[in-house]
Order: sequence, then structure tokens, then C-alpha cells
Amino acid sequence: MVRSAVTIVGASLAGYWAAETLRRDGFEDRISLIGDEPHAPYDRPPLSKKYLAGDLDDDRLALTTTEKLADLQLDLRLGCSATGLDVAGRTLEVDGAVEPFDGLVIATGTRCRTLPGTVGLAGVHTLRTRDDAAAIRDALADGARRLMVVGAGFIGAEVASTAIGRGVEVTMVEALEAPFGRVLGVEMGAVMADVHRHHGVDLRTGVGVDEVLGEGRVTGVRLADGATLEVDLLVVGIGVVPNTEWLEGSGLTLDDGVVCDGTCLAAPGVVAAGDVARWPNPRYDGLMRVEHWDNAVQQGVHAARRLLQSDEEATPFAPVPWFWSDQYDRKVQLAGRPHPDDEVRVVAGSTAEHRFAAFYGRDGRFTAALGMNRPRQVMQSKGLLEAGASWEEALAFASEWD
Amino acid sequence: MRVVVDFDLCESNAICMQIAPDVFEVRDDDFLYILEENPGEDRRAVVEQAVQRCPKQAISLED
Ligand SMILES: Cc1cc2nc3c(=O)[nH]c(=O)nc-3n(C[C@H](O)[C@H](O)[C@H](O)COP(=O)(O)OP(=O)(O)OC[C@H]3O[C@@H](n4cnc5c(N)ncnc54)[C@H](O)[C@@H]3O)c2cc1C
Ligand code: SF4
Repeated sequence: MVRSAVTIVGASLAGYWAAETLRRDGFEDRISLIGDEPHAPYDRPPLSKKYLAGDLDDDRLALTTTEKLADLQLDLRLGCSATGLDVAGRTLEVDGAVEPFDGLVIATGTRCRTLPGTVGLAGVHTLRTRDDAAAIRDALADGARRLMVVGAGFIGAEVASTAIGRGVEVTMVEALEAPFGRVLGVEMGAVMADVHRHHGVDLRTGVGVDEVLGEGRVTGVRLADGATLEVDLLVVGIGVVPNTEWLEGSGLTLDDGVVCDGTCLAAPGVVAAGDVARWPNPRYDGLMRVEHWDNAVQQGVHAARRLLQSDEEATPFAPVPWFWSDQYDRKVQLAGRPHPDDEVRVVAGSTAEHRFAAFYGRDGRFTAALGMNRPRQVMQSKGLLEAGASWEEALAFASEWD
Repeated sequence: MRVVVDFDLCESNAICMQIAPDVFEVRDDDFLYILEENPGEDRRAVVEQAVQRCPKQAISLED
């Protein structure tokens, strides 16, 4: 279905690629790209890596060049928030002012959960935006000596690794017994834990934070096991929540994200993409919401095309999820969706050397591949997952590897 | 069409290899090799996808 104008809310990865795709596919009418951050679309992965280390300038963070952005001829509205939506009435509210829309892409992403009682306390940070990253980077440059990362997730782990690289003492606290266990399972979670300890992180698992200490500025943390640690910088990485408050009462289904059909359509003429979208990926059971870079790019592309298609032309969005994470000198990559209690088999290299590939399987099915400094094998495995290889077939394929 | 990779940016995550294995290869030494610097026009759409999905924006196309 051809639209007369498209509005995209969220000027980041999924939103940018939606706009780029519309133009690439020949859409000539107005495209409004509305984002509440003051910056032109930029890339988040470097925020916990090179940018945090101070090795990357602001302009190198941009998703595209100023010229290419201008070529897209967008009605780019930065520093503007969408505050409401009425699907039936076909109107959008931006900073309180109501405007009509024809086609709409929702790409508002997620934001960080905060630790109760710490909001406003200096020295306590979350990491989602360029401004968040600049604040942590500056705190490190200003001589922070003792960093605590709360939550052993991938972004927290990258912060830990970057800070260790700058000679900072790092403690990482995880309430669960196995760090990364929710994603990687206990066995591979333990390998990740070993990598961090090997580089000098004081990793404490199975212990929560009881109280953050300090008047106006953080000075320490009391853990649930009674230990009190001196801390001058606290980075909280305990997960994210989808930015959907502005959609309450809009007529869309909200349930840990914007619920879409298998083609990314949330309502007629309304699509969602990226971290905020939840959809039935036909490869998997139930609804899925993916918080990875590659998914935001691909779903932004798919959702934009969906807006211009009729129901008959629409195709399901059916990717095998994939992400990478850089920690120390290791590149961790996961393709697929493991279940924490899948069977795990190391198929190449050795976990002790922190260079390996491991397969996850369940009921004869091959579910995921994890690699540490094994990009070639992870990508071949991703191909196998896309082709629907069985556990036996995947193992046979990997038997060629060393 | 000529494929150019900025090797200072490339971090060998091999997504390009998965998209266009006839053009890109990451070998066991973890380095990226360009197998076909001048792919035919019929490969343009696929190579453009690699450009788009390279997380480091390391690939570019010269006509
Ligand atoms: C520090 C960090 C490191 C990461 N590293 C990796 C990595 O190594 N590998 C990987 O695969 N993934 C990584 N990711 C994840 C990846 O960056 C995300 O999956 C991706 O940014 C999602 O893109 P998005 O466009 O869906 O959402 P976002 O990037 O979250 O963008 C949403 C945008 O919408 C704006 N917005 C929200 N509400 C409104 C509103 N009401 N009105 C207007 N604008 C609004 C937000 O401010 C934001 O700018 C990382 C993420 C972070 C934060
Ligand atoms: S996708 Fe980009 S960063 Fe990854 S191997 Fe290819 S060129 Fe290098």
C-alpha cells in the first residue's frame, strides 16, 4: 500500500535504516524522522567500547555522514518527543501538538532500568546514550579509581573491560549465581566469568546490592552478604525497558514492547522495529523482542518495506538473531537463541584458552552457536541455523573444525 | 563495481562473509580477505546488504 507520507519516531538505528530504505526503494514523499535526543543518528555499540575508552570522537559515532543524511531529504526533527498516538484517528502528538500521520514507524528503542534510590546521586550511571557514555568516560578521565558494575550483562561487561584497560579497580556484582547465565546458560556463563577474573575483575555472583552509600555522591555499596565496598563510580546494567509509555491508550497492543504481527505490522499503516518491537518470529515459539544491533538494522528495513506493501505482498520477518560483544581482546558472538538449559558442546578450540566455538542443542535441534574469537565459525553456524540444520547435521559440519 | 574495505575499521566479525561468501572471507587467522574485488553487477544487491550490515561501516562500493 503506497503512502503519501511516512513518520518515523525514534531517530536511531532502526529509524535511520527505515528512512534510508524508503528512499532507496524510491519513496519520494515526505519522511519525518522524529527523535528526542539532540544528536543526529549515532551508533551505540562504541559507547561501551572505543568511545568510553576515549579513542573515538563524536563525529565518528555518526551512523552516516552529514552529506548522506542531507541526501535523504528528511524532515528531521531532533530534540522532539512523541507524546501520544491515536491509531483510529490517525494522529500523532509531538511535544503536545497534534499532527496527522499516514504511515508510521515506531522505533523508540529501550532505556535502562535504574537502581531504586540512586537517581540523582552523583557517580551513579546507566549507559544507553552518547551523553551517558561521555559522563562515564569523563568520570574515568577525572580519576575514578574504584568502579562497581551492577549486573553482569554484556554492556556492563564491556564497561568493566574498558575500565580495566584504563587501570581502574573493577568489581562486578551479579545477583544470579551464573553471570550471563540467563543468556548463555551456566556452563558458558562460567567461561565468561573466567575471562573477567583472568583480567582482574573482582566478580561476585549470587549477591545483590543492599544499599548504595553516600550523601549526594556515591562513596560505597553494601552488598546483601554484608560486605561493604568503597566505590567512586557505579554503573548500573540491570536491563532495559521498552519506550512505550507514549503509546498508552493509542489502540496498539503493548506487552513488553509494541506487539506486531509476523510482518512487523502493529496496526494498519503502523509498523514497529528494533529494540521496541515484539513479534512472532516464525522460527521460534511465542513472541520475541531482540536487543541487538543487526536486528535493528534488518527490522528497520523490513518494517519500512512493509509500510509500502499490501497485505498480500507482505513477508514474515524471520531472522536468526545474532550479536557480538567486545571484551578485552576477545570478540564474543552468539547466533541463535539458546535456552539456558540446552545441551552445550564445545566444537572447536578450547574454553581454557578463551578461543572456542560451542553449540547449543535441544531435542535433536541445533539452537545456537557461541564463539569467542571464532567469527568464521559463528557465521558458518548462523548459516546452518538459517537452513534449519539438525543437531546431528550441525555437529557433523563442525567435526571438520579444529 | 569495486569493493573497498577499510581494514583499520574492520573487526572481522564476518557478517559480510555470511551475506556474500563469494566476495568476503574471514579465515581462521581471524583476518578478512576480499575474494572478489570486482563482483559482477548481479551481485550488487547482495554486496550492498553487506555494506549496510557491516557494524563498523568498513565496506564501501566504488562504481
Ligand atoms: C552501550 C551499548 C552497547 C551496545 N553494544 C552492542 C553490541 O556490541 N552488539 C550488538 O549487537 N548490540 C549492541 N547494542 C545494542 C544496539 O545498540 C541496539 O540494539 C540498537 O541501538 C537498537 O536500535 P533502536 O533504533 O531499536 O533503538 P535505540 O537505539 O534505543 O533508539 C531509540 C531512539 O528513540 C528515541 N526515543 C525514545 N522515545 C521517544 C519518543 N517518545 N519520541 C522521540 N524519540 C524517542 C530514543 O531517545 C533513541 O534515540 C549496544 C547498546 C548499547 C546501549
Ligand atoms: S562485516 Fe565489516 S567489520 Fe565485519 S568482517 Fe566484514 S568488513 Fe569487517
